[in-house]
Parts: sequence; C-alpha cells; structure tokens
Amino acid sequence: MADKRSTVTGDAIELTLPVGLGLPRAGFGTTIWRFCRRKPLGAAGGLLTLAMVVTAVLANFLATQDPIATDAVHTLARPSSQFWLGTDHLGRDIYSRIVHGARVSLIVGVLSTLLGSVLGGIIGLLSGYFGGRIDLISQRVMDILQGLPLLVLALVMSASLGPSIQNVILAISIPIIPRAGRVIRSSVLSIREMQYIEAARGLGIGHLRIAFRHVLPNTIGPFIVLTTAQLGSAILVEAALSFLGVGVPEPYPSWGRMLSVSAAEYAQKAPWLVLFPGIAISLAVFGSNLLGDALRDTLDPRLRGG
Amino acid sequence: MSLVIFVLLRLAPGNMVDILFSTGGYVSESDKAAIEKELGIDRPIWVQYVDWLRDMATGKLGKSYRYDLPAWELIKPLIPVTVELAVLSTIIAILLGVPTGVISAVRQDTSLDYVLRVFSLAGLSMPSFWLGMVIILALVAWIGWIPPITYVSPAENFKIHLVQFLLPALAVGYRSSALITRITRSALLEVMREDYIRTAWAKGQSGRIVIWRHALKNAMLPVITVIGIEFAFLIGGLVVTETVFNLPGVARFLVQAILWRDYPIVQNIVMFIAIVVVLSNLLVDLLYGWFDPRVRYG
Repeated sequence: MADKRSTVTGDAIELTLPVGLGLPRAGFGTTIWRFCRRKPLGAAGGLLTLAMVVTAVLANFLATQDPIATDAVHTLARPSSQFWLGTDHLGRDIYSRIVHGARVSLIVGVLSTLLGSVLGGIIGLLSGYFGGRIDLISQRVMDILQGLPLLVLALVMSASLGPSIQNVILAISIPIIPRAGRVIRSSVLSIREMQYIEAARGLGIGHLRIAFRHVLPNTIGPFIVLTTAQLGSAILVEAALSFLGVGVPEPYPSWGRMLSVSAAEYAQKAPWLVLFPGIAISLAVFGSNLLGDALRDTLDPRLRGG
Repeated sequence: MSLVIFVLLRLAPGNMVDILFSTGGYVSESDKAAIEKELGIDRPIWVQYVDWLRDMATGKLGKSYRYDLPAWELIKPLIPVTVELAVLSTIIAILLGVPTGVISAVRQDTSLDYVLRVFSLAGLSMPSFWLGMVIILALVAWIGWIPPITYVSPAENFKIHLVQFLLPALAVGYRSSALITRITRSALLEVMREDYIRTAWAKGQSGRIVIWRHALKNAMLPVITVIGIEFAFLIGGLVVTETVFNLPGVARFLVQAILWRDYPIVQNIVMFIAIVVVLSNLLVDLLYGWFDPRVRYG
C-alpha cells in the first residue's frame, strides 16, 4: 500500500530523523518516553509486540505443558486450572501451544520480512540509483510479481518448495520483495539528486560505494516503516498458509495450523480450539500494525494515514 | 508472467504421479514411467513450457491431470461463485469503509475517531478465515443456526444462498473496509484543508453538503486506488475463506489443485487471477478520468 503514496523526499527524512527512535541525540529513554506520550496507540502496539517477543523468547518457562506431547486421557478438555485454555483433539495443551506458537510466528514473520525487505531494498537501491536498463528490467519483474495477490503467490511458492520452515520463510519473503523495492526505489530517486551525492561524485567515489555508503543509510526511515508494516501481513500469511496445510509443518505448533480443518471439525464441541489461536494471531498482528502506524507518522510524516 | 508461474510450479519436488503412487500403494517403475509419458511430464521443462504457450495461444488450456478433463471446463462453472463473493465483499467493504472514514475524519481526534480507527485496524489484524469461523460459531451458539454444509445455488433456495454468501462476504469485506476507512480518512482530512472548502463553509452551506458533495468527491481518487488494489488482496483472501465456508469457487479449487500438483489447473487459475488483477487496475485508471476530469488520457 505504502508504495503508492511514498513520494518521500530526502528533506522529509532529514528533518524528521532527529526526533525518531533510538537516535543518540535525545537519549534513548527520553525518546521512548516522548514517543509514548505522543502516540499512545503506538506505544500500546509496541507493548503488544514486546509481549510477543518476550513470550517467544521465554516460551520454555511460560509453557505449563509440553506443547507437542499428546494425551489420550485429556482430549478436548475444557479450560481449567490444569489446562488454562483447554486441550485439542489429541490432548495437547492449547495454552502451551500458543506460547510456543509465538516463537514460530515471530521467527517466520521477522525473517521473511527482513529477507524480503533486504532483497527488495537492494534491488530498489540499484534500480533507483543506476536507472536506465537495470531499472526498466527490474521494474517489469516487480510488476509481474505484484500482479498476483500476496497470499496466492506465497501459496504457490510454498507448495512448490515443499513444507519446511525455511521454505515458508522464503515463500512469504518473495511477495514482499516488490513492495520493498518500490518504496526504497522511490526514496532513492530523490536522494540521488541531493547535493551531497553530487559532492561525493565530485570527489571521485565509485558508484557502488556511493549507493551503499551514502544513499542507503538515508533510506533507513522508509525501510523501518516498511518492515514494521509488512511484519503484520507476514504473520497473517504464515497463519493462512499453515491453515491450508502448506505452511509450517508438524510438529512445530503454529497458530494457523491450530485453526486448520481438523480443529474446525471439533469447533462446535470445543470452541476454545478456534477462539484462542485466532485471538493470538489478531493480537500479534494488531500490535505490529499499531506500532507500524505510529512509526510511520513519526519517521515519515508525509505518509501520514488514518 | 506466464514463464514465472510455470517455472515456479515446476520447482516442486514430486509430481502428480508420485502422489498417485503414495495414495495408490505400490505400482511398478515401468507403470510410473508410462503414466509420466502419457501426461507429458517426463519431457524437459522448456519443452513443456513452449507447449503450454502454444496451447494458450490456440485457446487450448490443457487438461487436468487429475480429472482428465479440459481445465477450462472444470474452472468455468466455478467462476460465478468467486465473482459473486468478490463483488459482495467489495460492496460491503465500501459501504462499511467510506462512511466510517468520513465520520472519523469529520470528528478527527475525538474519542469516536479513536474507536473507529481501532475498529478498522482490528479488521486489518484478524485473519478473515478465523473471523468467518467465529461468525459461524457465534451463530450456532446463539441462535442455533447451522450453516448449510453444501453449496446451495440461487435457483434452489435464494434465501439460503444469500446467507451462505453474505457471511463470508462480511468476513472478507470487513477486512477490506479497514484499508478503505484509513484512506478515506486521510484523503478527506487533506481535502478539508483546501481553500475551496473554506469558501463553501463561508457561503454558509450546510455541513452535509460541504462534506459529501465538495470534499468527498475530491477525496475519492486515493480511495478508488485502494479499492482497486484491495480487489487483488481480496481475491487472495478468498482462497482461505472459500475453504472455510466450503464454497465451490475458483480459489478453493486452486488450493486443491496445488495440493494435487495438478499443474494445468494451477497455471490456468493463477493466470486467470493475474488477468483479473490487471483488468481491475485498468478499470481503476479509467475511473480516475470519470471522478476527476483533470485526468486525461492522450
């Protein structure tokens, strides 16, 4: 979405970056505090995202049961003090599976977003900086990749590559490439015309060095905005793929897989099978969307949306 | 485009014959080779690709490996289901998205604005297939209504048919409406700052006329762009939704064909989706000129 509206100029980034996150000028704590006060929704999103990261890291301590072990005695158990969110048709503890699922979702989400954005970013950088034939060819390839809905492309890719975590990450990252490429390219196009680039060229610095040392660091604003915005959709796509049975394979507990057809069969008898994993997905995506929006407003005022 | 789809599919480890074998028990190697030869998948990939291109140009879309029927005949009856669902979802998305966006913009930074923004962002965050499952569950729990398990055509029972389509359309439409809300809000906020809006207020025109006639009309351009882009997303969303609601549409068939490695079907459906997306983008471009006469195509 952002790519259609991203007429970012170098000015905007330079003016706004000092107020941005994590830059040493204002002190880290102060910056965070200021961000929270100005963007309460964004701070809530940050908290949700942080909670997900903590859950993923501490999954082993937070889980009360083995997320994979089946238990023939306690199948489809109601939520209770022993099984906080109930059990599924194989007697696996839903709460523990959700806690461990955070790990899978986060790893797949973050890695595929990063992979897609970095590859797309490099393509965008080169095609924006050099222009000409490289630009033309890479933009047409991007057009083709963008002609398909994200989920359809990821679905075809993931089915082609076969089920494994690495392949799911790859499959989700490919549809992200053109989106990242567009955003970075458009901001490179304006940075390229800045005076300090001209100065660098005047000093006789090589093109590749200018592209990576002088242009690239200035695209960091749109890059952060882009990756946070894509993280949510990457998590959603992973859930959908796993739901359809071409995503993260067993035995890894994945939120999408927990919702899959086998869970739907028992949904009437055990609604907790459907409710809780879905809530987990929604909260995770909601958090990263809120955070992404707030970051976009802070780092990139020109893209301000709803 | 076609090349990309084709090569991606052929990367798949295992083909149709392997799947037949794993479900059908043991079959001798020579049988396997014979079947592969009959289906033409023993030849080099590029030969298969050239074949496919020639077939497409001459209107032959290939045969399904699994059903041994022409792909087009299998896909054709499924198209109306998906189109109906897509159109219904889009209508719901617009009906839900544009008014909420307008209200949100007019009441900017009030608590109502915050509520609506959170509401629309929540729509973006929920997987539509999950939302669909929850809607079914809630209906069953509260009013004891059990969704029809099989597809009901409009000729059979129009009411059941409508309900059957309305629920998934609602689940998908809510999600799409979220983006429309956001864009409507920001576009309207921008337009409201223009001079001619101030003039309209100064003329003493009522708020309703200023907002709906003067402001919204000019805020529609980005909104239409998003609706166009959304349409592509929406088709992606249908893949899962059709599966959840058990509707015999193109998208559900795509999932089945992928799991069966039925390449001709997958290729054709993916090509079909790509064409639909391109056409919807074209439609959006044409609509620009209608909404904003300043846009002219030379």
